Parts: sequence; structure tokens; C-alpha cells
Amino acid sequence: MAKPKIALYWAASCGGCDVAVLDINEKILDVAAIADIVFWPIALDFKYHHLEAMEDGAIDLCLFNGAIRNSEQERIAHLLRAKSKVMVAFGACACFGGIPALGNFTNRAEIFERAYVEAPSNANADGTFPQTLTKVSEGELELPEFFDTVLTLAQVVDAEYFVPGCPPPVDIILKVVDLFATGQLPPVGSVIASDKTLCDECDRVKEEKKITKIYRPHEIIPDPEKCLLEQGIICCGPATRGGCGLRCIKANMPCRGCFGPPPGVLDQGAKLVSAIASIYQGNTEEEIAGMVEEIIDPAGTFYRFGLADSMLKRKRLQQAEGRA
Amino acid sequence: MSFEPKIVGFLCNWCSYAGADLAGTSRKKYSPNVRVVRVMCSGRVDPTFILKAFEKGADGVLICGCHPGECHYAEGNYKTARRIPLLKKMLSQLGIEDERVRLEWVSASEGDRFASIVDNMTEQIRRLGPFSRNGGCENG
Repeated sequence: MAKPKIALYWAASCGGCDVAVLDINEKILDVAAIADIVFWPIALDFKYHHLEAMEDGAIDLCLFNGAIRNSEQERIAHLLRAKSKVMVAFGACACFGGIPALGNFTNRAEIFERAYVEAPSNANADGTFPQTLTKVSEGELELPEFFDTVLTLAQVVDAEYFVPGCPPPVDIILKVVDLFATGQLPPVGSVIASDKTLCDECDRVKEEKKITKIYRPHEIIPDPEKCLLEQGIICCGPATRGGCGLRCIKANMPCRGCFGPPPGVLDQGAKLVSAIASIYQGNTEEEIAGMVEEIIDPAGTFYRFGLADSMLKRKRLQQAEGRA
Repeated sequence: MSFEPKIVGFLCNWCSYAGADLAGTSRKKYSPNVRVVRVMCSGRVDPTFILKAFEKGADGVLICGCHPGECHYAEGNYKTARRIPLLKKMLSQLGIEDERVRLEWVSASEGDRFASIVDNMTEQIRRLGPFSRNGGCENG
């Protein structure tokens, strides 16, 4: 019997998910032993036309990392979906938008303005902007269209499984490979991680959650044994899925939410607003205003990895008339 | 056609819902734009509910609870008093106007006050216009 075929792709991502796959070290040889890798832009020299030449459903497992923020990524997502039996949204960007989805606080015009005009290192006196089509003497040059809104993989094509994390930890990657190799993949739609929250799995000492001041991580050296929230540091643990192995917590850093919302939570940011506001002590208007001021960037903090997948998905593009 | 704002109102069972009831039994005339959802306490209003209301087409969300110090559950309304301002700061970053979410304390005897809050909020949102989420036309 022919070996199963695996494809890996990166869309709007940093490459960390691909590196995480390599971080399984010598196990990558086991993967190569049980499966043929037929497409992996970061590591192997396959072209899009090789992919197009395959029959539909020819790929058994596709690990797709990165969010979708331009037309090329969208096209390859559709192409890989057609060619793959099982599509896995791999990593926080593919699952929830990830860091690239912070671009949903702005839009294409503002990003282009910043990148090609305002950035101090620019020398763009002619005001050149990327064009999807450019005519030169040799013919037409094409660039992908840049989107206003960063999308998750599942907002573009159907995905069978979700592997969260920035990047997914090695033990979860190995688990996915193992589940696939032994034919034990869970029901379609499953998130392959823990079903508990990070707080549930955290082994720090937790006493009473009452805080009167919120510190940013650089303003305080946290006690490595005590709950970070109780020390006044915003930790996304209460509204983040566990299974990450407490990587940040063990480094004495608060959870930033890269595993996305736990089961049953529709909106990670809303739940974090609820949690943080609940434990803050202070009932007068001044105290409440103080809390709101101490949380410098609530949307960016609470939706650091999840804006594209949140209920509002982005900053509104069109506001009511007559307003900025 | 003129725009009629759709406002979802979350009213606590013990004070504000009774206040709204009083507005009705007192034959107060006020805008019919609020769709009332009774909750046991304003502290039950998860910020998710507010986002969900906007997602489902509300133009504004009104949350009413007992006055500070008068919560049936001692401190549920204090939690709301902290959550809503923080949520509003987050929503302002997402381009949602301040007037679209409003937290008010309405006791069971304040039928007049409830009616005037609804009238006032309806007019504010009428001026803002419909809550068009992203205009529905992102990415072509």
C-alpha cells in the first residue's frame, strides 16, 4: 500500500509553526517513514503547479498554518482543501487569526500608508504602492491582492481539526501524527488540545483572587510560585484552553491566550473582560476609572491571538455617517 | 423609511425590571425600541451577551441594575459596574460608539426614569444610525 501523503503550508504566519514541526527532532524521520511529504514550501522544493496536478483528495493530511490575509493564501487554501482528505488548522493563526489578525484593528489603506509612506526608513517619493497587475515590457506582473481583513482558515474553507498554539507544542504535534497514523482521529471539528482551561492545569499557588492594581509585565518581578493574576498581572489563563504545557507560566510570564477560548466560550475577549473586572477590588467611580486606565490596551490584550475568530472579528470598517 | 433603532435591554429582576413594569402600569408613554430580556441580576450580563446582541443585529444594548449598594445579591451590580466600562473601552478600540452600550441604575420605583432613559438612548442611537458591522463588504 502506498504511504499516506502529507502536505504542510504556511499562509500569513511567521514560520514558527513550521519550525515547531522540525522541533519534533528525530521523530521527523518517523513521519517520513510512515508518510510521504508532498508539499512543504519552507523545506521542500515543490511548486503550486505540482499541487494543481494532483487529483482531488490525493493528500491524506494537510497541516495548514497561518491566517489568510491575501488572495494567494486564499487560493492555496482552496486548492489544498480540494486536494486534501483531512485539513488541519495548525497553530493559533490558522485557528483564530493569531498575531497577524491584530491587523484587523486597521485596514489595507492604513497598512499601506504606514508601510510605504510613513515608515521612517522609506524613500518612496513617487508614492509607489503594490499593484495587483503591472505592465512591463516583458509582459504583465502579478501580485496577490492584500485584504482589509485577516481571516481564519475555517472562515475560508472547511477544516476538520484545530491544533492551537503559538506554535503548537511538540507533544501535541506528535499526538496529531500518532492519531493520524493509527487511524484514531477524533470527531470532525475537534480541537486537539486539552478540554480544560489553562487555570485548571496551572500548578501555581492560588489563594483569593482580589487585586487592587494591575501591573504590566515589565513593571513587576512576579513571584514564581503564586498565581500571576493574584499578583496583578493580566494572565489570560481563565479564558484560554489548556494543553500547552504551561510554557509561558513556567517562564514566569502570564498566559497570552494562544490556545484560544476553552470549550463553550464564544468570545475569549468578552470572557476576559468579565474575569478581570470581577476580581478587581474597587466600587467607586474613581476606582473603576483607575482600573480601566491601568488596562492600557484591552482589545489587544484580550484578543491578542483571537481577533479574527472573535464575535466582532475586526474594527468596524464603516461607522455611522458623519463620524470618523 | 425612517430608521428605528433596535435596542436590547438586559434588566435585573429585582429593581430595573420592576421599574420598567411600573413605567408600563403607570401608562408612561415612551419609545418602543427596547427589547427587554429579564435577568436575575445585572451581574449575570456576561459581556458575551452584549457582543452577541450586536452580532445578531442590535443597534444598541442597555443594561439596567439596582443602584449601587442595593443589589439583591449584595455585589452583583458592582461587578457590572466594573465590567461595562472595561468592555466599552475595548469596544471603542473596535470602532463601536460609546452611546451604543449604556449602563444605568433603575430602582423599582423609577418608572419615569426608565422611560426617559429609553427615550434618550433611542434618540442617541437614531442619530448614530444603524449598527452596520463592517458594512458587510470586507475583502471585496
